[in-house]
Amino acid sequence: MAQRDDRGAAQSAETSSGPRLVLEHASKSFGSVRALEDGSIELYPGQTHALVGENGAGKSTLVKILAGVHRPDSGRLLLEGRELRLHGPADARDAGIAVIYQEPTLFPDLSVAENIFMGRQPLAAGRRIDARAMRDQVEALMQRLGVPLDPSRPARGLSIADQQIVEIAKALSFDAQVIVMDEPTAALSGAEVERLFSVARTLQDHGAAVLFISHRLDEVFALCQRVTVMRDGRQVFTGPLEGLSTDDLIRRMVGRELDALYPKQEATRGDVALSVRRLTREGVFTDVSFDLHHGEIVGLAGLVGAGRSEVARAAFGIDRRDAGEVIVEGRQLPPGSPTAAMAAGMGFVPEDRREQGLVMDLSIARNASLASLGRLRRGLFIRDADERRLAADWAARLQLRYAHLSDPVSALSGGNQQKVVLSKWLARRPTVLIVDEPTRGIDVGAKAEVHRLLSDLAGQGVAVLMISSELPEILGMADRVLVMHEGRLTAQLSRQEATEERVMFAATGHTTTEVGG
Amino acid sequence: MAADPPQTEPARQEQRFGPRRLLRWETALVLLLVAVALVGQQTSTGFLTGTNLFYLGLDVGEIALMALPLTMIIVAGEIDLSIASILGLCSALIGYLWDAGWSLETIFPAVVVAGALAGAFNGFLVTRLGLPSLAVTIGTLALYRGLAFVILGDKAVADFPAQYTRFGTTPVPGTHIPYPIVLFAVLAVLFAVLLHATPFGRSVFAIGANQEAAFFSGIRVKRAKLVLYVLSGAVSGLAGIVYTLRFASARADNGAGLELAVVAAVLLGGVSIFGGRGTLGGVVAAVFLLGGIRNLLILNDVSNDTLNVVTGLLLIGSVVAPNSVAAVARLLRRRGTASSVPSEPARAA
Amino acid sequence: MSVTVDRPEWEAAEERSRRGSHLVEVALRIRELGILLVLGLVVAVTAAYNPRFLSAQSIRDLLLNASIIALLTVGQTLVVITRNVDLSVGSVLGLSAFMTGDLLAGHQGLPIVVALLAGIVLGAACGAVNGAVTAIGRVPSLVVTLGTLYVFRGIDFGWAGGRQINASNLPDSLLALGSGRILGVPYLVAITVVLVAVTAYVLRSYRSGRELYAIGSNPDAAVLAGIPVGRRVFAAFVLSGAVAGLAGMLWTARYGTVDATAGTGFELQVISAVVVGGVAIFGGSGSVVGAALGALLLSTIGSALVVLKVPSFWQQAIVGALLIGAIALDRWVGLRIAAALRQRSIRSGS
Repeated sequence: MAQRDDRGAAQSAETSSGPRLVLEHASKSFGSVRALEDGSIELYPGQTHALVGENGAGKSTLVKILAGVHRPDSGRLLLEGRELRLHGPADARDAGIAVIYQEPTLFPDLSVAENIFMGRQPLAAGRRIDARAMRDQVEALMQRLGVPLDPSRPARGLSIADQQIVEIAKALSFDAQVIVMDEPTAALSGAEVERLFSVARTLQDHGAAVLFISHRLDEVFALCQRVTVMRDGRQVFTGPLEGLSTDDLIRRMVGRELDALYPKQEATRGDVALSVRRLTREGVFTDVSFDLHHGEIVGLAGLVGAGRSEVARAAFGIDRRDAGEVIVEGRQLPPGSPTAAMAAGMGFVPEDRREQGLVMDLSIARNASLASLGRLRRGLFIRDADERRLAADWAARLQLRYAHLSDPVSALSGGNQQKVVLSKWLARRPTVLIVDEPTRGIDVGAKAEVHRLLSDLAGQGVAVLMISSELPEILGMADRVLVMHEGRLTAQLSRQEATEERVMFAATGHTTTEVGG
Repeated sequence: MAADPPQTEPARQEQRFGPRRLLRWETALVLLLVAVALVGQQTSTGFLTGTNLFYLGLDVGEIALMALPLTMIIVAGEIDLSIASILGLCSALIGYLWDAGWSLETIFPAVVVAGALAGAFNGFLVTRLGLPSLAVTIGTLALYRGLAFVILGDKAVADFPAQYTRFGTTPVPGTHIPYPIVLFAVLAVLFAVLLHATPFGRSVFAIGANQEAAFFSGIRVKRAKLVLYVLSGAVSGLAGIVYTLRFASARADNGAGLELAVVAAVLLGGVSIFGGRGTLGGVVAAVFLLGGIRNLLILNDVSNDTLNVVTGLLLIGSVVAPNSVAAVARLLRRRGTASSVPSEPARAA
Repeated sequence: MSVTVDRPEWEAAEERSRRGSHLVEVALRIRELGILLVLGLVVAVTAAYNPRFLSAQSIRDLLLNASIIALLTVGQTLVVITRNVDLSVGSVLGLSAFMTGDLLAGHQGLPIVVALLAGIVLGAACGAVNGAVTAIGRVPSLVVTLGTLYVFRGIDFGWAGGRQINASNLPDSLLALGSGRILGVPYLVAITVVLVAVTAYVLRSYRSGRELYAIGSNPDAAVLAGIPVGRRVFAAFVLSGAVAGLAGMLWTARYGTVDATAGTGFELQVISAVVVGGVAIFGGSGSVVGAALGALLLSTIGSALVVLKVPSFWQQAIVGALLIGAIALDRWVGLRIAAALRQRSIRSGS
């Protein structure tokens, strides 16, 4: 341990030395979709490097290449100047590259110490696990990280922040020289972020090359020395952070005219359709109130982990709520009943299309009819023909591209899958539609179609609540923007008031009392 | 969250080949059934006779009945191992109530209700307490069988009037069809319609394939599962009546061990143990295939043990075969274009 | 932000762990103690009714009755911990029981060690079939072992062909193994205790043992951690088979009479014992000691009912109720512990 520290100190002393890890012109396609066009990055020992960009800019793909999860189609990876080929996550680990994900996967039944040392436990005589040595080492690691985590407690029940600490301790335990943190702060509270930062600085001071990915630009400025901005699968900027402003970064991240892409028609604003009053779920979100009118699209913005999806799920009855009311068309909804919410006229397109939106093994027709089974019933039965007619009708209206309605929905592209989810809900003719990240992971053409569809729906008087992590989408589509930060609404902005800066400001926790007039 | 059976990633991928594979597997079952009939005709003059088919039908009666609701439960991604114990409990109850002087006309409905209650208890433990159905029904397997013994001890009640027991021992007049098979045919149609042509059946498939997405679509997952367990209990009660009449004997150990035979028949019928996939037709074919093989072996004086081997091998084969097909298909796909799903595709400006 | 540690908090944490609060193990211990408590209660009540229940002979019988199922729980626990299940153990036991009986009856003078090894090898071979189909064929073990339950039993019946092997055909040395004692402890009990102890030690203190838990706790993470998942699962099945083979040979030694039906239905008894013993049915936690105690508890309840003159018919119902109670309790305790741990990490995190 002492040895390592010396080496680390030596390296951090000369940060002007060559880069530790270099990724050159990496590209990666999935089928016809190009996720990464030209990914390049250079990480130096003793430095923390930021990687920023909008969703879909290719950051995650780049991280997965570094983690050994994806193999790049072209480009190369150099470690200390030598070319490195990763055939799996284990290779990356052996090469000293550790990736801390937003939500780590631990062994819930095993102790913290075992999670850190699984498969590499220190051995005593007779190849027996030296439990004492293991605990001592973990304690030493925790001390180094400055985190008082009991090595013997099970991983089950650890907060996300503590789970990340376990992963970082694991990285230290095998002497990782490159540490990649993929949006680690997304689900952390303020205090937890502070702690993570002090840990990251410790790593950096010991000579590790740290790559830090975050949507929160204030964090980037607080922690990092260099930055790479990605847009549309390419590196568009890289250099020292010094002298740059938040605005500079945002401009480089966005880099396009907004209005053309997001056609929101003017619609007349009607009565209140959905009213959420003081909705609270302990430890998740607090005291959230807002109204949603017929004919308007309200954008719900905020950072990942701010509690936006959770509010939507509680309003729809998927999650329980601890306090507050949800009123649809003047009717109180009972808590915890999606069925009641649907009967009142609500529809909900969830964020995770593959796990929550669709039953991937079932056919297009079966998925499209899944929320309308009761309505399709004739007598006691449901007829395949009716089901097909419903699916075909909506497939035509949404311009779904498919071969057969009986094909499993898993055979469709992301955009077309999303159209099936939308069909499922539109078939019920909802008056209130909540869409959570409606265009995540779908191509540009389909995205425009989804936007046009949402706009048409609002034009027909449907009240739309749109959650999105893409600011341009929010700004382009929404008549009003609600912003959440750490489980609370921090701003309500009209279309005119809502600018990228203002929304970002509120999303990072700066309450904007002056805004609103 | 009710626990799903352990599921590996490859198995999940394999499910994408669902509909096509299913078609093939059911065809295979029917072909096997025809093959058994042909072999039977060749090797034994007695096989395709009315009397023999009557006994064949009688033999598979209870298994066939219990396979119907179990199919739906497994399609919904759960399991019920307590069915044969509910059969035994209901049989014991028949004996007990008969001894207590009840008439069979009142006993039969009472027993079906008792079965439904037993099923409801399973359903309660699985849906309300969120316990894994495998463990729960291993527990109630012991519990219900135990209660059967508590009720009736080790005695047999056998003095049922002949006008009832003949339903279990003679065919429908003028035919060679056993009464239990008539009952089975009616229920099979009802269950097939329920599973394949009603909103409820649609939701059962959705629950089994992706419980979370089903819940997000407004399907009442817990209620649906509870209903399935109640159905399973009620039909097992019916099977208890059939069994008791067939042997004209109510005993606590009636039908012991049948649960695994029923599970084997359902899985052989092409129902995925992971849920979300299967047809009632396949299960019916599998039930009669197993019954036919068994009958054939007996006719040919091949001892019962060969049947065990054949049952086991068919069962393993029914799962290994499609998995290998899927593995080959995966291999072929991998040779072609990379086809993993993009998690964050690029956005062209 | 400085990197310095919050001293008092840190020291408190250190002290917590120095106090030996190995929480993971403590939870296990509590579970095992719970079974011992119930067991003690059953024994106490029964002994109060009839003190002879506590005589040396009676205790020997209690242990002897439990030993074969307890032995099987050792193998089953290994499999269940990895989030699999082995339903074929009863059939493997039956097959091995008949084969070893047949071997010894046919070759008088054959050393029983040979029969013992034959039983273990046969069982391991059966387990290898289960393990290979499960791990390589990627077929759910529930289906595989349900299939081999039939196949192995069928082979057993085929081999036996309706024959029965009686004590008169078996060498005395074998029967002595079934009824003899070492230092007052029946051989069967001694073998079971040794096997339980060795397995418990390996599971706790060797990498391969810990990896079984890791696989059951989170299979995806196990792959990422570089654990050879397929090989470990295969090994668990082979060991489960080998133990069932050994148990089959001991079954013949104990009962002296064997036909093709030996061990029928044992699979559910064994799984019941394992679950009552606190092994999670979906893997990742539990101990062999707990599972073996579960077997002892279930068989002791059976014996106690006889002494208490409760009709033995009650036994199965009680076992069932106990099993459901155990699962429900585990679930409840699990939820409480999880909540408590969350609380704790909230406090230490802020």
